[in-house]
Amino acid sequence: MDVIFGNLDLWGRALGNTLLVFAFGGVIALVLGLVVGAMRVSPVPIARAVGTVYVNIIRNTPLTLVFFFFVFGYPVLGLPRLSNTVLGILAIGIYTATYVAETLRAGISTVPVGQAEAARAIGLPFGQVMSLIVLPQAFRTVVPPMMSVFIALLKNTTVAAGFSIGELAALRATINDSHDRPGNPMEVLLWVAVVFVVLVLLMSWVQRYLENRWRIAR
Amino acid sequence: MAMDAGKADEQHSRTSERRGEPLVVVSQVQKHYGEFQALTDIDLTVNRGEVVVVIGPSGSGKSTLCRTINRLETITSGSIAIDGRELPKEGRALADLRADVGMVFQSFNLFAHLTVLENVTLGPIKVRHLKKADAEREAKVLLDRVGVGQQAGKLPAQLSGGQQQRVAIARALAMNPKVMLFDEPTSALDPEMINEVLDVMVALAQDGMTMIVVTHEMGFARKAADRVVFMADGRIVEESTPDEFFTNPKSDRAKDFLSKLITH
Repeated sequence: MDVIFGNLDLWGRALGNTLLVFAFGGVIALVLGLVVGAMRVSPVPIARAVGTVYVNIIRNTPLTLVFFFFVFGYPVLGLPRLSNTVLGILAIGIYTATYVAETLRAGISTVPVGQAEAARAIGLPFGQVMSLIVLPQAFRTVVPPMMSVFIALLKNTTVAAGFSIGELAALRATINDSHDRPGNPMEVLLWVAVVFVVLVLLMSWVQRYLENRWRIAR
Repeated sequence: MAMDAGKADEQHSRTSERRGEPLVVVSQVQKHYGEFQALTDIDLTVNRGEVVVVIGPSGSGKSTLCRTINRLETITSGSIAIDGRELPKEGRALADLRADVGMVFQSFNLFAHLTVLENVTLGPIKVRHLKKADAEREAKVLLDRVGVGQQAGKLPAQLSGGQQQRVAIARALAMNPKVMLFDEPTSALDPEMINEVLDVMVALAQDGMTMIVVTHEMGFARKAADRVVFMADGRIVEESTPDEFFTNPKSDRAKDFLSKLITH
């Protein structure tokens, strides 16, 4: 247990960073994914095209490469300087948004077309047809796969360890590289894995709650 | 309550004063699905306060025609105008026009995640920008009028088909539409529920609502229609009063169609 209590300061900071990347990355992924998912079913051809190109380019690029682009490519552009953590959040958010968009699109296609027709027939414009009628119903059917996307996002935050972002997966190096800290690599890694298992269990619990709450009768 | 009555009077006088003027004008409409021509040379004028029933064999294009009138189906060429305004192509202007055209679908299409009351108030709140309390008060009047006031808090799936369709009618009426389109409103209903929906539609017709009704219910056509439009193979074949049409059809297609109805 020394590996925990002897390094409590590091564990706290690492967990904080993991949750930070997860939370902000998740918000970006959700908002951007919503927009891109809506674009992919939009009646406007140009919006559909942009959505399709975005998904195909970003989703087909390995996550590590996306990180490389943000952490090492971005500073070359001469734009305002951003911390690695912010760049990492952007990378993971923009990457995960493609999965959110595709999961949502799958959900949208399960909503009977008559729902959107009825919404258009009472005079709702496309944006409100989506936000008031189609997406709320699509969300309900995609809770399980959407939660899988966010579980993957949580675990993907460990890629950030390779980019000097001090999150959980970076703990082994931080602890073992300083000689006066207790714990060997195996201990640290096991405990990191335990933390992830617990976090994912929490998310599964949220999933079950949402499924029960949003259960829809047809 | 007094306010609602006043509003109804005002609306009534507005419709009756302009009664008989053309409200929906369809001219020279063609509609293609790829090679297949679904509508050919459609000319149809529906006047204010008029009830037009469109009948014909399945595949005759009657549902398609109904759906082109609020542009749920686009047309290949020709023009459709409602209250003097040509149907806009897309976007805000089209949404505004659709708000003035009530539509009742074969499969009800009530918003599955909203309660009955929310189904009826959604349009008035989001499109007409009514206050929630006002929209709910008016919705309850409408739900009572179609006989489902007791179900306001339920989800659509908890209602029978006939109840759902009556809610759908209330939802369309809540927008105070200039014209109501009915796309085979009773075709998905069990026989014992058809009449409860038809009764609501007959009452609506008697109130002076302009209606275009695609249906297989000949009884409704006889009882409520001012005019019967008979379609076959994407064309309007015959147009006359219900009496004339049912007792003395002119075209062979109509005679054939009616004889099949009678033998069954």
